[in-house]
Formats: sequence, C-alpha cells, structure tokens
Amino acid sequence: MSGPNTNYDPVEVAPLSAESLAEMVAEARSAFAAADTVAALKQARSEHLAERSPIALANREIGALPPQARKDAGQRIGAARGEIQAAFAARQEEVAAAELALTLAAEQVDVTLPVSRRPVGAPHPITALMDLMADVFVAMGWEVAEGPEAEGEWLNFDALNLDSDHPARGTTDTLFLSPLERHVVLRTHTSPVQIRSLLDRELPVYVVCPGKVFRADEFDSTHVPVFHQIEGLCVDKGISMAHLKGTLDHLARQMFGDVRTRMRPSYFPFTEPSAEVDLECFVCHGASVGNPDAPCRTCRSEGWIEWGGCGVVNPRVLAACGVDTAVYSGFAFGMGIERTLMFRNNATDMRDMVEGDIRFSRQLKGAAR
Amino acid sequence: MRAPLSWLREYADLPEDITGRELAEVLIRAGLEVETVDEFGADLDGPLVIGRVLDFVEEPQKNGKTIRWCHVDVGEHNGPEGNRGIVCGALNFDVGDHVVVALPGTTLPGGFQISARKTYGHISDGMICAEDELGIGDDHTGIWVLGEANDAGVPWTPGVLAVPALGLRDDVLDIAVTPDLGYCFSIRGLAREAAQALEVRFRDPVAKPVPTAVADGYPIDLRSENCPLFVALGVDGVDPGRPSPIWMKLRLRQAGMRSISLAVDITNYVMLETGQPLHAYDAERLAGPIVVRQAGTGETLVTLDDVTRQLDPDDLLIVDDSGPIGLAGVMGGESTELRESTTRIVVEAAQFASGSIARTSRRHKLGSEAAKRFERGVDPAAAYAAAHRVAELLASLAGGTVSEAETVVGAVSTPPRTSIQADLPTRVLGMPVSRERVIEILEASGVDVVALGDTLTLTPPTWRPDLRDPYDYVEEVGRKTGLDLLPSVVPAAPVGRGLTRAQRLRRQVDAALVGAGFVEVLCFPFLGTEALDRLQVPADDQRRRLARLENPLADTEPYLRTTLLPGLLAAVARNTSRGNTDLALFETGSVFLGGQEAFAPLPSVDGRPSDEELAAIQAALPVQPTMLGGVVTGEWVGAGWQGPAVAAGWQQVVDAVQVAGRAVGLELTPVHAELAPWHPGRCARFEADGRVLGYAGELHPTVCEAMGVPARTAAFEIVLDTLLTVAPGAGSLDVLSTHPIAKEDVALIVSADVPAADVATALRAGAGELLESLALFDVYEGPQVGEGKKSLAYALRFRAPDRTLKDAETAAARDAAVATAAERFGAVQRTL
Repeated sequence: MSGPNTNYDPVEVAPLSAESLAEMVAEARSAFAAADTVAALKQARSEHLAERSPIALANREIGALPPQARKDAGQRIGAARGEIQAAFAARQEEVAAAELALTLAAEQVDVTLPVSRRPVGAPHPITALMDLMADVFVAMGWEVAEGPEAEGEWLNFDALNLDSDHPARGTTDTLFLSPLERHVVLRTHTSPVQIRSLLDRELPVYVVCPGKVFRADEFDSTHVPVFHQIEGLCVDKGISMAHLKGTLDHLARQMFGDVRTRMRPSYFPFTEPSAEVDLECFVCHGASVGNPDAPCRTCRSEGWIEWGGCGVVNPRVLAACGVDTAVYSGFAFGMGIERTLMFRNNATDMRDMVEGDIRFSRQLKGAAR
Repeated sequence: MRAPLSWLREYADLPEDITGRELAEVLIRAGLEVETVDEFGADLDGPLVIGRVLDFVEEPQKNGKTIRWCHVDVGEHNGPEGNRGIVCGALNFDVGDHVVVALPGTTLPGGFQISARKTYGHISDGMICAEDELGIGDDHTGIWVLGEANDAGVPWTPGVLAVPALGLRDDVLDIAVTPDLGYCFSIRGLAREAAQALEVRFRDPVAKPVPTAVADGYPIDLRSENCPLFVALGVDGVDPGRPSPIWMKLRLRQAGMRSISLAVDITNYVMLETGQPLHAYDAERLAGPIVVRQAGTGETLVTLDDVTRQLDPDDLLIVDDSGPIGLAGVMGGESTELRESTTRIVVEAAQFASGSIARTSRRHKLGSEAAKRFERGVDPAAAYAAAHRVAELLASLAGGTVSEAETVVGAVSTPPRTSIQADLPTRVLGMPVSRERVIEILEASGVDVVALGDTLTLTPPTWRPDLRDPYDYVEEVGRKTGLDLLPSVVPAAPVGRGLTRAQRLRRQVDAALVGAGFVEVLCFPFLGTEALDRLQVPADDQRRRLARLENPLADTEPYLRTTLLPGLLAAVARNTSRGNTDLALFETGSVFLGGQEAFAPLPSVDGRPSDEELAAIQAALPVQPTMLGGVVTGEWVGAGWQGPAVAAGWQQVVDAVQVAGRAVGLELTPVHAELAPWHPGRCARFEADGRVLGYAGELHPTVCEAMGVPARTAAFEIVLDTLLTVAPGAGSLDVLSTHPIAKEDVALIVSADVPAADVATALRAGAGELLESLALFDVYEGPQVGEGKKSLAYALRFRAPDRTLKDAETAAARDAAVATAAERFGAVQRTL
C-alpha cells in the first residue's frame, strides 16, 4: 500500500491512460482475430487476459494511485478488460465452430457403401398366405383349428360321407400307412380337422383349418403330391347357403379388393348342396372377356377364376359327429393355397414351391406376403 | 361325356339358333361342368366336295411307292375336260367309288391349305381325303371311300359340298360328369337337363318299360345280389361284312370312341345314347346258360384287352359252361368276343351294383366306359329298351332278325321315398323358393311328388339314385333355381378367442428366425432308411421308429420323416448346385414316429362314435410332434469392405435355437452333447423344464460328405411343441433401479475342458442378487495360462434396487462369485 500522496496525478501512470488501455484492447482484438485454432486462441488469451498480460499488469498500478483517482482508473480498466473478454468469447465461439466444421468435413464417409452383411430371411410364401387368410377369419371371430397329418381313415373319409367304395379311397389317389387294415392315411384334405372340431368343440362352431394335405399325385409344374389348403366350417342354428355366399364374398374382398364370388352347382360327398366357387378376376374384373385386344393373364380372359369348393354341410356328416341336425345346420368351403398363390402372385411352376430354392421365398416382400 | 349338339337335338327341342357355347352356359348354370366346346368341322372351309372316281392309272415311282393318277368327277367343279386330275397315294378304291375331294382353295383342319401343285409329273388339282385329314378319324390306311349312296339311300351327287352332305359340322360339349349325376353320362340325361333348363320339350329315347320276368330267350342264371336285373335278346342273321354308317362313325368319333365294327359300334352308340352299357356275345361261342356269380378264389379271365386277370371273390363274373367269359360291368372276355364271321349275337343289358363294379374296376385298374357308368349308377329301367334299340339297329343296319324269344331276369327295384317340408329349400338355401316352384322343379326332374299340405312325399325317378336324402332334393331345387341368385349374408360368429397361445408363439418363432436371416422352406415329409444311414442315426434311436407307407410315391422313400434334417439338407444340396452357396434355411413341420401296433376302427356313421372308438383311432396314429429345424452353410456374413467374411457354422445354429427360445421368453443354455448327425465335439443339447428340446451344432464331416452338402454345414432341430409348452406365461414388469451401476471384471483360469456356460452359472450363483448382468468378453488359451488351461474373462455388473453400492459390497459380491467358481471348477483368478 502506498502512503498518502495527495497530489498524485493518475495521468502520470502511463499504463492507466485511456490511450494505453485502448491500445491494449486493440492489440488483444487483433491477436484473437489472428488466432484461427483453439490452441492459438488459448495462447492469445494467456497473452492478453492472463496474469502477465498488459491489462493485468496495468491493473496492478491502480494501487499506486491516490484514492480519489482509483475509482476512475478502476472503471477504465474494468471496461477495457470487459471488452477484451467479450472479444475473446466471440472469437472462441467462431473458432470452435470453424474447427468443428473442419472436423465434420474431415469425417465425411460414403454413405452409399453397402453396409448390411446380415443374411436376409423370408417366410415361405405358402405359410405367409395361409396365415393371411386365417387372419381374415380370426378377425370375424372364427378360430383356427389344427389336426394331425397322418389321420384315421374314418375321420378323413367315412365321417365325411365318403363310403368305402368311393374312388378317392383307392391307393391310386390316397397315401395309406402300412398295412391297409391299420386304416390310417395321410389326410387328403383338411376336412378331418372339421370333423375333429365338431367332435371336440361346443356348438356353435366357426373354425378355419389351414394345413398340409397329401395326394398320390404326379409331381410336375401343376401338380404336387404335398400341398396346402384352407378350409372353413360354420355350424350354427339357422345357417343357410346365403351365409356361405356372404362369407366367401367377404374373404374375396379382404384378399383381393372389390370383387365378388360366383357359385356353380357341383358335387362333393360332404356337402349338399355343393358348389364350385369362382372368384371375379381381381385384375380385369371381366373386362378381358371377348376382348382380344386386352387379354388377361390372371383369368385367361375368362373373367372368373376357379378358386375352391363349398356347400351346405351334408346332414350325414353332422350326424356322424353327433350334431342334432334338426337344430343345427352349417356350411363348409375349402381352397388350395398353392392355387391361390399361383393366381394372386403369378407363380407358374408348383415345383418352385417345394424345392426350397431361397430365391423363391425371398421374392415376396412386404404386403405381397 | 362328349355330347354332339345334333344328337341332343334329337331328344330335346332346343332353339334352332342355339350354339354349343350358349348351351354350355345354360348347362354350367345347372351344375354340369362343361369343360370345352369343340366346334367340330368348323375348320373345314372352301370347296370340299363329293367326287366320283372316273378312272386311274397306277404309276410306280423311283422311291418304291406307287401312285394313282386319277380323273375325278366333281360335278359343277369340273374342269374343261369334264373332270379334275388328281394324284393319290392310296390304293384302296375302285373306279366308280365316291370319295371326298378337297379342291384347291379348301382349308383342312390345322390350317392346311389345298392348292393345285405339281407332283409325280402331273398337276394334281386337289386332294382325295383320308378320314384323319378331315379330322373325323385316325384312319390313314387309305382314303375315305363313301360307297354308292348316303345313309338315307340317296345316290351321291358329284360336286355337292361334303360338309353338309356328310354332316361333318357339329358342336361337341365335353362335360366332366360329377359322381352324383351318373345319368348325365348319356345323351338321354344331358338332353333332359338341357330341355329342363331351357323349358322345352324332351323326348325319352328309353320309353319301353321293363316287362316282368320272361325266360323264353337265352338261358340266364343270376346267382349274386350284385346283379338284380339281366335282359338278353338274340339277333340272328347278322351280316358281319356291313360297314358302320357314316353318321354313326361320326357320332362315335365326336363322342371320343373309335369305330370298331358295326355290331360293336351299335352297342357303344346305344350306350352313349341311353347310358346303359351293353355287351354283344357271339352266340356260337357261348356254351350253356349265362351265369352271373361272384368269382372263386384262383379263377382267371382273359379280358378283351388281352390281359389275364387274377380274380378276387369280390369280383362279379359272367360265366358259361366254359368258365368265366366276362368281368361283369367292366370288360368282356376274349373267348366270346365278336369275330369277323359272327352272324348270331346275344345282346346283354344288365344292372350291376355300383359299389361292386367300382371295386373291381379299381382292383384291376380297368376304367372302361361301362364301368364308369355302372360306378355312378345306371337307370335300371333303361335296360330293356336299350337292348331292344341295339337289336333294332342290328336288324336295320346289319340285316339281322330279332328273335321273338327274349329273357328278362330280375326286376327294377323301387327307389326309396322320402318326405320334406316344402320350405326346406328356402331355409337351407337362404333364398325364397315357393312351394309351387319346388314342386314344379322336382316334377320336371322326374320326381313323383305327393303334396299333403306343406309335406311333400318324394319318389325319385329310376335314373336318379342320387336323390335319397331331403338335402339331395334341396340341391336339385337349388341348382335348377340358380345359385347365382343367392343373397350374400355374412353370419355373425360369437366372440372368438383369437389365435391360441401356441399358434401365436409359433408365428413369433417363425418371425424371429426370419428376422435373424433364415429363409423358410417346405420339404416333402418322405424318407428312406438310406438317408438315416447317411446321417449315421443309430439303430436304437427314436428317429428309426418309422411309419411305412403302403403305396409310397417313390420306392426309395417309403417312410414318413422322423426328422426334418434330410429334407433340409436336400434343399441345401439343391441350392448349392444352383449357385446359392450362402444359406440359412428353416422349416416348421410334423414328423411321424411309428411303432404303433393298434389298428384304427371304422365306426358306423349313423351317430357320434363312442369315446373308446375315438381313442382307438387316436392310438393307431403315429405320434406327430411339430419340429423346428434349420441349417446354415457357406458364409454367414459375406466379405465386405468392412472386413472379411464370417463362415456359417455351429455358432449360428446355437444362436438360432436361442433366438427361437427368446421369441417365446426362454433363455436357453446349451450343454455339450454327442448325437448323430452332429460333430461329436461341436454339438449342443438344449433342455427346458427338464425336457430335451433338441440339438444344434456342426454336422459330422462324414455326414456332410454323404449328404452332398458343403463341409462344416451346421444344423439344429428342436421339438417346437415342447418349446411352446414350456414357454413362460405373461410375466411381470419389475420396478427399475435408478441407482448407479458398479462394474467389476474378473478373469478366471480353469481347465480347458470346463464349459464356459458352467463357469458362468457358478459366477451367477456366487454373486448373489446384486449381480445385474454377466458377460464373457474374452477367452484365452496360451503360454500365459499354461498347458491345458484357459482364461475366461467376465464383465460383472452389480446394482442394488434401493441404494448406491459401496465399493466393499461390490468387492464382496465379486469375491463370492469367484469363490464359487473356484470351488466348483478350481478356477483361479488371474490379475487383469
């Protein structure tokens, strides 16, 4: 602390002069501006703001001033220091941003490089389609029923009103487990699951039965001995063929958009009346019929696509399952999954569906499944 | 059944202008499956005319052939010389014969254009046609010689157009007859359906009722209930040299049958027309009465197709004193076949039980036209009239005399009656059909309807054995009303339970594997023991519990699969051969474990079988668990700019099983195992809830070679049913601790053969409840840990639910973990 010095003129202390301070500020500013890296800026900061910087040294001189002059000088130095600090902060922000920009630029990669090396999985189109069709019915409150593929002959034939002389029961059509007297077959349709449903479930019954079926068939581009079906069965009070029509129309709309179905009278032992169900062509809606200029490959310009079989459940079938035919009636229908896949997704060779070539399953993506 | 439109017109008053295609639409709506409509003769175009051969010169050619240079009179088409010169290669005609001539400008079937052309040194001004060239027959042994006059006896006029003169143009409907509509295997039945659908008049070609038994003619003895009716007529003085008339040959051809001889053609023609199969015996070759009986064991018969048949007691036979002479309703025998010299004929028209004929036809793999009809049911009331129609045609076309003496044994059985409420069709179809309309439709179908109030008592006609139950009549009303009129009503199902738990979990497992990179395949479930041998499956393994097929599709694969692996490996081999070398395949499917002794019963269908019967059916079935299998080979991760390829192997299949487990909420831990077909040192077994789930690992190198798949192919197979059963329930969501985590790493030196999973289990057990997670981050074997040892480095993370752990607590838990590992496996902590 200096002694009393009443007549001390602060102007005499050179570093505290306004000019001198303004020069310090200017020098600091230009030093900061010249620093273009964080490191250089740090160096400039230590030169112009740290302990040994001119402004810090000037601050020390305040003590040498007479008390009445100190306030004035302190304010001048404070202001100058504030200016330098603000200049530093501003520059620091600029330099950091520029440096980050440089870093980011240096870190650029080629995002078009192939990155995924994981194998690409896929469900089989048959499984996917079977699930999709089953879901239409689950949404209506129906349930999905399942049963064994090696099945009792009674469940596959007798209960379905195919008596022992029926041609389908021959070894030319049906695969039998050995010996024949064992009366076990590889199910020729998923209808035995309908029988099991009627035997096991409480009425009313609303079930769909998707699954694998077997025929002693040739194996070529349009026939496979092992294929898939989905069948439906509804047994309730007051069920008529009109309900069958409504159900098939609903399924058709869910699967193919705004299309109708058509029934043609036919024959199956397990339904009476029986019908074949045709699907209105969902591609041309019949516009290709008699119009050679715009042929339709999906329906072969016939306007309708054969889809499956259906009918009112034969009361003999209900009786064989112990259902009171005076109270209950029902309908049933069935269609081939492979066939549906063929016209829905343009599959042309059935062998592709069973040979396990990964390219086949990988073709169907997203909603196409 | 192929039905020419002109033939249908004989018995149904069809509209003059209706075409085959239009009629097809009408019949389809009525439930007949018209597959095609052939426009027979529609491709014959231009000056195809009748000609008369005026003269010819035979000219041998250098190529060894002899041709005829003919002059043919073609009437108004003659050239300036009063004829046309035509070269003909056939030699089967004489001067004065009438022939069919395709003059230049004619188009024959297949778009074959006829023009004048130079051949064998002449200008041939047209072509004399053979049957096959006109598309009406297969015969190309010579040209078609027409004779002097047409079928009506009017002499041919040279130059008239052949298509109308010979009736070559017709539409033919090809109909797939469903098993219930056997009567539509005839022109009679189809004409009736067409007439009913178009509401026009129908004339029945079978209008003669069967008389009561007569025994004046050839002696007949019926000894089996499978033959309730037999009609025999004799025709004498048949001229065996007469050809079949053109109209008959054309009709047979259009119906898809070949012309054989006049007598045989007549029986076939009448069968097509009436639906009644007929047989003609050479009376000279019959010995004693015709007997119908069941075959005896060991009897044989040489059928018309020259095959010796070993007969079964279930076969119905026609025999005479010489032994078997025919397989009833299926095929005649050689010994009484008509010959070129036959002048005396016995015509058979009989009724045979459909089931018996169906079995015999199948047993002997003989699908004759007769069997096809008897199997579906033949109108018994047609037998007598059909036999007479044959006899009359033999008389009028072959010059025979119908014997007055005839034999009729048996009778037409009365079809069973039933009754329905008049509103049954309305209720079952779900569309209104009035009582009057129901009666009208059924009567038009030949049903005898007795209406008493709303109760209709119904007796079907003899040709409709399919009309038996009330619903059969509903179908008849439905198809004749038109199913296209049905309203569309969605039934309201009761609230459903959605997919079952197992169904949902199955989809989750599939989706998880697909997400993990596996492609689903669907393989045939057939198996040969050779595949099991190649997989080195031992004799006592349950995968040898095979269920055999009686009639396998391939003799090399007579069993049902007991494992998914052969199918998956075959798919691998197929893929790799097609250049798809990097594979991850999976399949979900049934396997079949045989060994059941029980036979399934065939209970009555009159009511629900007893629980015992249903249990007995179940006991005869193979056990059929659903399996999940997969296989990987090639590169799991392909070589990329980021780094080298990662080969697919045991790791990926172990992971796949764990992915499947995680999809249903299970953390599955592998244990070392040895089982074929896996590599003994690279096979993991998975268990859950004390049950074996299955195995995963690299395949044995010998197996890879034997199965033709790349070395180091790896596979897994687990019992999906078991996985889904042991999958945990809903679970609970615990409160999460927000206190800080404490990390501790430890490295343990253990003997090299100690499984890492066991060490991890010991650490977990020792660490206690504070341990949040544990991860193996390094495995080291080498000089620093010593021979036969390995170092396993684990990262342990500790956290308490209610406080920040103190260092001492964490250290104590870590030490306890290490101590347990030390105690169980002699693990020594290594300084990291």
